[in-house]
Amino acid sequence: MKAWIAFWNILAKDIRSYYLKPPNISWGLIFPLAWAAMFFIRSGSGLDSIRALLPGVIGVSVLFGTTSLLSVTVTFEKKGRSFERLLLAPIPLELLMLAKTGGAILFGIANAFVPMIMASFLTDLTGVNWLTLLPAVILIAVSSTFLGLFIAVSVSEVFEAQTFSNFFRFPMLFLCGLFFPIEQLPIWLRPLSYVLPLTYGADILHESFDGAASLPVWLDLLVLAGFCMGLFLLSLHNIKRKWIM
Amino acid sequence: MTMMNKSEAIEVSGLTKRFGQVTAVDSVTFSIHQGELFGFLGPNGAGKTTTINILTGLARPDAGEIHISGIDCTVNPKAAQHLIGVVPDESNLYPELTGLENLCFCASLYGMRKKPRQSRARELLDTFGLTEAAGRKFAGYSRGMKRKLVIAAGIIHNPKILFLDEPTTGIDVASARQIRQLIADLNGAGTTIFLTTHYIEEAERLCQRIAFIVRGRIVRIDAVEDMMRLTEGRHVVQFAVSNNVAGLCEQVAAEFPNLQCHAVTGGGIRVESSEPVRVGPLVRLLEDHGAEVSEARKVRPSLEDVFVEVTGIEAGAMKQEKEKAKKGGGA
Ligand SMILES: Nc1ncnc2c1ncn2[C@@H]1O[C@H](COP(=O)(O)OP(=O)(O)O)[C@@H](O)[C@H]1O
Ligand SMILES: [Mg+2]
Repeated sequence: MKAWIAFWNILAKDIRSYYLKPPNISWGLIFPLAWAAMFFIRSGSGLDSIRALLPGVIGVSVLFGTTSLLSVTVTFEKKGRSFERLLLAPIPLELLMLAKTGGAILFGIANAFVPMIMASFLTDLTGVNWLTLLPAVILIAVSSTFLGLFIAVSVSEVFEAQTFSNFFRFPMLFLCGLFFPIEQLPIWLRPLSYVLPLTYGADILHESFDGAASLPVWLDLLVLAGFCMGLFLLSLHNIKRKWIM
Repeated sequence: MTMMNKSEAIEVSGLTKRFGQVTAVDSVTFSIHQGELFGFLGPNGAGKTTTINILTGLARPDAGEIHISGIDCTVNPKAAQHLIGVVPDESNLYPELTGLENLCFCASLYGMRKKPRQSRARELLDTFGLTEAAGRKFAGYSRGMKRKLVIAAGIIHNPKILFLDEPTTGIDVASARQIRQLIADLNGAGTTIFLTTHYIEEAERLCQRIAFIVRGRIVRIDAVEDMMRLTEGRHVVQFAVSNNVAGLCEQVAAEFPNLQCHAVTGGGIRVESSEPVRVGPLVRLLEDHGAEVSEARKVRPSLEDVFVEVTGIEAGAMKQEKEKAKKGGGA
């Protein structure tokens, strides 16, 4: 019980201090919108193409929503030494890191709904499979967050964390089948796609909107869950090794 | 396996920590009794902070055993974290939160519920004279106020054992005095305290037992009274010199080989001997070398003399080091 009071307060503090700050909210909104507009204009098609773009836009929103602030909540606090106070608290490291990443996960999930709500005004969203969409959004948020966490604990400077996370994020926009199928990539790039968690998330998103998955949904979900576990455990290992010296 | 005494607040044996080539803590063994105020006294880089980090779970030892309140923390440093409070040498609070928010947040980390943590936070703000600053952002606090809030945050959950890492270094005299009084009060109320400092007078005044730590090793560990017994039969005379003359100590040592002499910060020298010191010849010698002796005074030997004798480190050197550190630390 006591540990959960700590958990909740760490999460609530991060949400208040970082995620509910106006600049961060608008970043979460503007980026996916600009991205959607770009594809919309480029494709030159009518409003009916919105539905085809939606899986990609949702994926981008979640990816950028989750990873953009992790370097602040983790690396920055580590530098400012306030992270030490968290390490001194009598709560298990696993719970502490779940609290520190919980804000990013929730922020990512909330971001996924922004393009969906806007699209619902412009086009018809009937026939969307919510039963696969919801778990997909959640797992994309969790896996992107833990990828961000993994990056954040692998470096020691905030700017390194940001550079390094962009090093991952921007290629992921093209490699994960968000806006065009992986089959259109050069064959030597394709293996790279399959080691990125977002590829499997994007696959479920396509399935949810137009039944166009390339892998069975259960396999996508399983692989994503595996990525989440693996990245989290790896990050914990790095924290124990590097931060508790 | 060494025998561990369950009734001790902290029991450490053979603690060792290396950073590459540097052995920061070298086979350190000590125990702290329940309710005791124990001092770790040593110059910069002696290994004080590293020891605290290991005991509180922020660093892992390379060797040694740790028991806190009878709980084995050697393998799981988190096992006793609910019993301890930590006041680090630098602030680790959130600059963007107010004083009150910082304290309430820290209390929540120990599982305190909303009502109790708010009333406890207000009580501590009051104790430290920070009530007026409660609603201001921590970033805007003065050095002394920051240190006080960090101490308040360290004791918000009423820990049985408190670690204080150089609590009075680098802050104004009034705040330092207030903090010393508070430490004494906390200890009076039963809190076991592990205090590190490089202020010898502070250790002498506050602590019941002291360990001298130099280059990672404990060179002596004893009750303050027993330490002072080492000075029995010692005679100390301090000469105040109003102008600045270099090399006086060397002259004294050359002329009077049975006297120990060291420079005093702020000008002057301190002479020690196992026999009564004859002041006349010394004053003449000093004046022959151009010194203007304004005062010669017999002083009661202090812990400083014990420290110098036991560690071979000039007390003045330790002070200068710390002034440098303070200036280097910036405003
Ligand atoms: N993280 C670290 N990496 C490398 N060396 C360190 C680290 N922390 C401390 N040291 C070294 O260990 C020694 C003891 O340092 P410290 O415990 O901070 O001393 P004190 O607190 O007594 O001033 C010093 O030589 C210091 O340079
Ligand atoms: Mg230190």
